[in-house]
Amino acid sequence: MAQVTLRKVVKAYEGGVQAVKGIDLDIADHEFVVLVGPSGCGKSTTLRMIAGLEEISDGEISIGGRLVNDVPPRDRDIAMVFQNYALYPHMTVFDNMAFGLMLRKFPKEEIKRRVENAARILDITPLLQRKPKALSGGQRQRVAMGRAIVRDPKVFLFDEPLSNLDAKLRVQMRTEIKKVHQTVRTTTIYVTHDQVEAMTLADRVVVMHGGVIEQVGPPQELYHNPKTRFVAGFIGSPAMNFIPARLENGAGALRVHLPGDIVLPVPAERTARYSALAGKEILFGIRPEHLTEAKNLERPNVAQMLATPEVTEPMGMETLVHFKMAGAEICGRVDPTAPAAPGQPLPMAVDLNHMHVLEPQSGRVL
Amino acid sequence: MSTTTAGGFVPAEMKHGSLRRERRWAMIGAYVALAVFVVFFMTPPFHMLVTSLKGSAEIADLSGNPWLVSAPTLQNYWELLTQGNYLLHFRNSIIVTTCTVLISMVVSTLAAFALARMKFWGSATLATGVFLTYLVPETLLFIPMFQIVGSLGLYNNMWAMVLIFPTLTVPFCTWIMIGYFASIPKELDEAALIDGAGHLQMLWKIFIPVALPGILAAMIFAFTVSWAAFIYPIAFLVSSDQMVLTVGIVSDLIRADTFQWGKIMAGALMAALPPLLVYAFLMDYYIAGLTAGATKG
Repeated sequence: MAQVTLRKVVKAYEGGVQAVKGIDLDIADHEFVVLVGPSGCGKSTTLRMIAGLEEISDGEISIGGRLVNDVPPRDRDIAMVFQNYALYPHMTVFDNMAFGLMLRKFPKEEIKRRVENAARILDITPLLQRKPKALSGGQRQRVAMGRAIVRDPKVFLFDEPLSNLDAKLRVQMRTEIKKVHQTVRTTTIYVTHDQVEAMTLADRVVVMHGGVIEQVGPPQELYHNPKTRFVAGFIGSPAMNFIPARLENGAGALRVHLPGDIVLPVPAERTARYSALAGKEILFGIRPEHLTEAKNLERPNVAQMLATPEVTEPMGMETLVHFKMAGAEICGRVDPTAPAAPGQPLPMAVDLNHMHVLEPQSGRVL
Repeated sequence: MSTTTAGGFVPAEMKHGSLRRERRWAMIGAYVALAVFVVFFMTPPFHMLVTSLKGSAEIADLSGNPWLVSAPTLQNYWELLTQGNYLLHFRNSIIVTTCTVLISMVVSTLAAFALARMKFWGSATLATGVFLTYLVPETLLFIPMFQIVGSLGLYNNMWAMVLIFPTLTVPFCTWIMIGYFASIPKELDEAALIDGAGHLQMLWKIFIPVALPGILAAMIFAFTVSWAAFIYPIAFLVSSDQMVLTVGIVSDLIRADTFQWGKIMAGALMAALPPLLVYAFLMDYYIAGLTAGATKG
């Protein structure tokens, strides 16, 4: 097991397109790190460079303290699980899992012991003599994970392993992956475009965008203290609302002036943090769960405003209400019993304890 | 249709019946067409068989029905197998074809793997170039080939065929296999790379087993081309002991204007047996190989 270090890693393709633009990342031993971001953000390229499947244009990658820039994939002591499983179709499940060990000339008994052990962890012992085509998607993904586990590598690499599974199976396999990591404790780097997967699995999440790392941190920190507009908008579902507003200074207190003459007082403890932007245009950020129906106004720093929903989406445990404010689409979460109906004005409570103020130009969150 | 009832509702059994009727007509049409094809293509072999079972006198007798045998005899077969060089030609054909198939498969599998997977500068152009060489006809090539074979001292030597036939088979076999290898997902070789396989191990343990239908298709092609080749053998082989079947039959059994029709037909029929057996056993693979990648497997 080992730590993984990336220093100023660049991937440039012919024609000068840079997929990865000089990223730095330190992954600790035993850690489960998820690289997340939209398509084309460079997350898969980064993973493939760690695996050795893509050459590094510049920078350094070390695994377990050893520089691996010029080390071929087979000598990096890594195992990888692919999106489409990449099982060898002509081999049985046992042979698929044993292949890497056979190439490395492990003794037969050792191979058998390891494969059977991995099969037990993944609950696929009855499938060992089947061919991949006789397996369901979930079973194939388990075999692919088994192939990684038997190798007992320094690092596990997962490249969107759940994307080909249906929604229910994906949730189930997510738990499975977490369990496996808790059992084997191997350093894991996991790539996904699904922020829910990232949040639920990771010790630390790395949000990538346009070939650079936007923010690295534990899931809760990314959720509550995003540093950039991209992270604020990417993490969380439904996404954070951004409303163009103005930060006003009045009578020793700051106020957020929203379109439609809605004025919200900034909590006193945040005044110092935001005072630099006083009198300027800002983006007011608020998550849907902090924009609820007005029922507990007695709490401090909760302001009220009137909204007219255009669309309501009952989800069962809550109802999403969508309305417009100065051209921006706003989403709030209300109790399913709240009288939310399209076209009917609904008093909403804004929990300013969880407000965010962003610089419109830089997208930086204060 | 008049069976449609008011409201556009069609009773299930009626709909079913009309479907079945349509299907029946389609089947009848297919069988008629197939029967025509079978008759058309089986007539020459049948004529060969009939002729091979006749004695010379009966063949020369123009008054009889050419499609019937009045006095069937295995004399032609017996003489071919016991006298003359027919068995020697058969043996030569087997040696030449076996070697050609082996050489073609080794060269084209390696070439296809390199061109399909080991992306290097100019590999795409080279792949197209390989196929283009297949388009140059033998009739154009046999004179330069003659010079090459002559300068190697292999004129009138059946081993020259082992050298030359792969020029006919390798380009097309490579092309078939490039297509087949390209249809194997890239992740499979990446998984093998990470599992610790080198390029040759990857080829041997992953690509060849997975692409076996395509490889067998290429193998059948190489076999057919080599077994049936005529222009090169007739241009380069002159003495009977070096000849392969295709030229051996027409050289030894036609003397000036004397055609030993019975033996020619018997010889050709027996020569057709090995391809027949190969096709019979490998046909399913052949079809699977030719249609590879046509649909999502």
